[in-house]
Amino acid sequence: MRHKLLARLNSPRRLAAAVVALLLVASVQAASSAQLKAGVFDPPRQAPDFSLASSAGHELKISDYRGKVVLLAFGFTSCTEVCPTTLNTFALARRKLRSAAADVQVVYITVDPQRDVPARLAKYLGSFDPTFVGGTGTEDQLAAVRRNYGISAEKKTIGNDYTYAHSSFTYLIDRTGRIRALMPYGHSPDDYANDLTILLKE
Amino acid sequence: MPRSVTLLGIAAAAVAALGVVGFMPIQTLSHDEIFEIPKGTWARRMSGDKVEILPDHIRLTLGLRDILVLRNHDDVPQIFGPTLMMPGQSFRLPFERASEYQFACTAHASGQMTIIVEPNPATPWARIAWRVRELLHSPR
Repeated sequence: MRHKLLARLNSPRRLAAAVVALLLVASVQAASSAQLKAGVFDPPRQAPDFSLASSAGHELKISDYRGKVVLLAFGFTSCTEVCPTTLNTFALARRKLRSAAADVQVVYITVDPQRDVPARLAKYLGSFDPTFVGGTGTEDQLAAVRRNYGISAEKKTIGNDYTYAHSSFTYLIDRTGRIRALMPYGHSPDDYANDLTILLKE
Repeated sequence: MPRSVTLLGIAAAAVAALGVVGFMPIQTLSHDEIFEIPKGTWARRMSGDKVEILPDHIRLTLGLRDILVLRNHDDVPQIFGPTLMMPGQSFRLPFERASEYQFACTAHASGQMTIIVEPNPATPWARIAWRVRELLHSPR
């Protein structure tokens, strides 16, 4: 095998072409990872699939969004700090992408199934961007999804009410369904637009 | 040679050394701050060993050491810092702004991991402090 390969590269022109091709591949790979503002996984793993109730009234599966770049975040509609900021950032980033935003899907999975029924998720997400999709399910279903994605969510009681401390980052899933990157909380719409543009071009 | 002249010489040399350390620009070969889960960590934890790999506070410096790199060399998936990492997987997180970043992290007793990204040391004293800290934390 190795002998055959070397035989094929015996002409200087072929050897030069092979070297140029290798350099091009290496530079494209380096550029696509190096320019992301988010943290990059290497190698990326396939996003674990799930089946939840969607805010759009159908079954929500992450695998249904192959071909799109997905922003996957976890939270709850009563969240007063992290979630409104993150969802507003997603909406602004999508606006920056203009027509390319059609290939970006925001998926927001609740950690609070007690309050976040599909209709409530739909109303809440629609106030940021009508294309956003929410997911909910039973406590066990949602716990399994969180486990597969390494998401933490801790319920905290405050008097007669409760809140959640939850992972605040966002996963960036590429068109082939692989978890490519993790964007920590607090990044700007420009940072998201930058990374989405890179992933959309692949 | 009188003792005072010797002391003066030592003081001058010390000031000169501090000047060099403080005014010379800092250059690093790598911006990576690397933390690795060695093979067998999960088995050690299961047998009761308290294995602490990732501190609950990590200090980075913008422009010098501003990329957090996590690697899982173990045979099982592990929650490492903010995320779940598969065996053989690495995670590379760059920082572009000096700030304090909080991550929920179930691997720590506090449930939190804090990454403090400090600004690039701009003054001579800041450069001296950075170099001293690097020296103290460099592997022996």
